Amino acid sequence: MGTMKIKAKEKDGVVKVKFMIKHPMLTYDQAKKKGTDPNFITHISAKVGDKLVYDVSTSQFFSKNPQFKFKFKGAKKGDELCITYTDLSGKTVTECKKIK
Amino acid sequence: MNRRNFIGFGVLAMATLPATLSAFSSIDFRKTKPDTWTAKTVDSAIKALYGDIKPEEKGVTVKAPKVASNGGAVPITVKSDIPAKTVAVFQDMNPESAVAVWNVPEDGAVDYSFKIKLKATDENGGNGTVYAIVEGRDGKFYKGKVSLQVAKGGCEG
Repeated sequence: MGTMKIKAKEKDGVVKVKFMIKHPMLTYDQAKKKGTDPNFITHISAKVGDKLVYDVSTSQFFSKNPQFKFKFKGAKKGDELCITYTDLSGKTVTECKKIK
Repeated sequence: MNRRNFIGFGVLAMATLPATLSAFSSIDFRKTKPDTWTAKTVDSAIKALYGDIKPEEKGVTVKAPKVASNGGAVPITVKSDIPAKTVAVFQDMNPESAVAVWNVPEDGAVDYSFKIKLKATDENGGNGTVYAIVEGRDGKFYKGKVSLQVAKGGCEG
C-alpha cells in the first residue's frame, strides 16, 4: 500500500480523477547509466465495478512518479474506483478509492 | 408485466449482457503494436500504430508550456470533443517517439493530463513538437500539436 495517491470527485455526473503512482520510471538510457535494469509503467487501467473507464498503454517517457488526470461519466459518490498498473518487470499493483 | 413476458425479458437481458460487457475491454498496445514503441520518428510511429493515415488537423487540442524549465516533468494536456476510439501521443525530442496510447471508452471524455520527460531542445531556440492523434468513432483521424522549448532535459538522468 501507499504506492498510489488517488483522488476522485463526482460533480454533476462527471467524475474527475487525479492520481499519482510512486515509480522510478527508469528509461533505457537512464538505466544504462546507473547500471540497473530499465523499469517503467507499461499499462494503466481504471475500473468502477466491472466497467473500464480509463485504459492506457504507456512508455518510458512519463515522468518519475507520474501524475495523471482524467474525467469520466457513469459513476456516483460512494462508488469504488480501482486503478491497476503493470510495469516492465511484470509487477501489477491495484489500489482502490471511494469516489467523493 | 405478466410472467411470460418477464421470462422473455430475462433471457434477452442475459443474451445482451455479455455482448455489452465485452464491447469495451482493456487493450495493451505494447503487445498488439510492438513496433510503435521502438519507432524513432513520429511518422514511423504513427504508421506502425495506425497504418497509412492522413489525419485532419482539427478538433484536437494539445496544451504544454511554451518553455518547460524542467524536462523531467513537462505537463501535457490533450483534449478533444470528437467521439474517440483511441488517442495516441507522440513527440520528436526523445530517442523514441511514442509516449502513450489511450483506449477510450464509448462515453469517455478525451481530457487527459499527464507529465512526461523530454530531452532539452537546442539552445538556439529550436522547438520540439508534441503531437496527438485521435482515432474517431467515425473511422477518421484527427491531429493536434503544440511546439515547445525544453530548457533542461529530463532524459539524460
